[in-house]
Amino acid sequence: MSINEFFIILLSTVFVNNFVLVQFLGLCPFMGVSNKVESAIGMSGATTFVMTLASICTYLVNHWILAPLGLEYLRTIAFILVIAAVVQFVKMFMEKTSPLLYRVLGVFLPLITVNCAVLGVALLNTQKAHNFFESTLYGFGGALGFSTVLILFSAMRERLAASDVPLPFKGAAIGMITAGLMSLAFMGFAGLANQ
Amino acid sequence: MLEFISQHTILTALVALVSLSVLFGAILGFAAVRYKVERNPIVDQIDHILPQTQCGQCGYPGCHPYAQAIVDGDAINKCPPGGQNTINALADLLDVEAPSLNIEHREESTIKKVAFIREAECIGCTKCILACPMDAILGAAKQMHTVIADECTGCDLCVEPCPVDCIDMIPVEPTIQSWKWELPTPITFIASDKDVLSPEIAA
Repeated sequence: MSINEFFIILLSTVFVNNFVLVQFLGLCPFMGVSNKVESAIGMSGATTFVMTLASICTYLVNHWILAPLGLEYLRTIAFILVIAAVVQFVKMFMEKTSPLLYRVLGVFLPLITVNCAVLGVALLNTQKAHNFFESTLYGFGGALGFSTVLILFSAMRERLAASDVPLPFKGAAIGMITAGLMSLAFMGFAGLANQ
Repeated sequence: MLEFISQHTILTALVALVSLSVLFGAILGFAAVRYKVERNPIVDQIDHILPQTQCGQCGYPGCHPYAQAIVDGDAINKCPPGGQNTINALADLLDVEAPSLNIEHREESTIKKVAFIREAECIGCTKCILACPMDAILGAAKQMHTVIADECTGCDLCVEPCPVDCIDMIPVEPTIQSWKWELPTPITFIASDKDVLSPEIAA
């Protein structure tokens, strides 16, 4: 894999095929945990961690267990099982070995585990027939894109909370409109990289 | 046996999923024992009773540290936002006498208050912003500050640090949306106890 491909995958997942704003995956944490920048950053950390880990584990399960047995049609349920088990294990391990990291990420880990972005990255990896390294990078890049827009959006919402929004648009409504405008803006990246 | 399983697709799927589940279950079960964290359950119980305003009026940086301090032997009457109800609940949990709220930690106020900055007098020192546990004060250095009334919990931690004393705690007037039926004052005796407990009422 050349350095070129490396950057194309990264660029593609962060901007062009952004998980939230272009593929519309993981919208619940995007709307739910974007009220404060600090919690958005915590969520971003947890998401990056879980999505990268999920890509790795699901690739291994798919490649070494499901594909040789001809059980590809069990992908969805097997991936859910793998992701949930691995995240739960890491959460326990983290709580014991690194309480500080656990305090920062701990509450967000179970929130993101069963998220569609996490399952989506695993399924897209198999659909696009990525190899091990590409899968990992795709998961990491997707999470990076998710983090970028989540933090941008939460910063905007903090400003919105203090601004004088007309009454019918207050709260979630203006959040939805902002998300839509951001999505339109990200559509502008379409065609920049093809992956 | 193996041949029989691999000939029936449904059996292959079942065996594969069940063995995966058992494997992960075993790993998680092992981890639950191996990485068990020793925690004092009483701290969590106390923390659960505290109001979680994280206001710091008890002198600790938040509710959980105060819960830890109670376990280590601190008094249970240092929480003004929780009021007498919290103290009673704590006393009940810890099986001790319920003291009244420590006056040093400010009197209990049943009226909901909200901070208000007299903006003409504000010099923009940002000291109140740093003091606010709720992030409810908006402003920047040398710019006028203001309080987001919806976010303010009325803990009056911002009043003390203000160098020009331009912060008032004003009571919130009840509106149609916020008005609540007042709770009845607790009655501590029943009819037959009248003459025993309070002779002046009986008389």
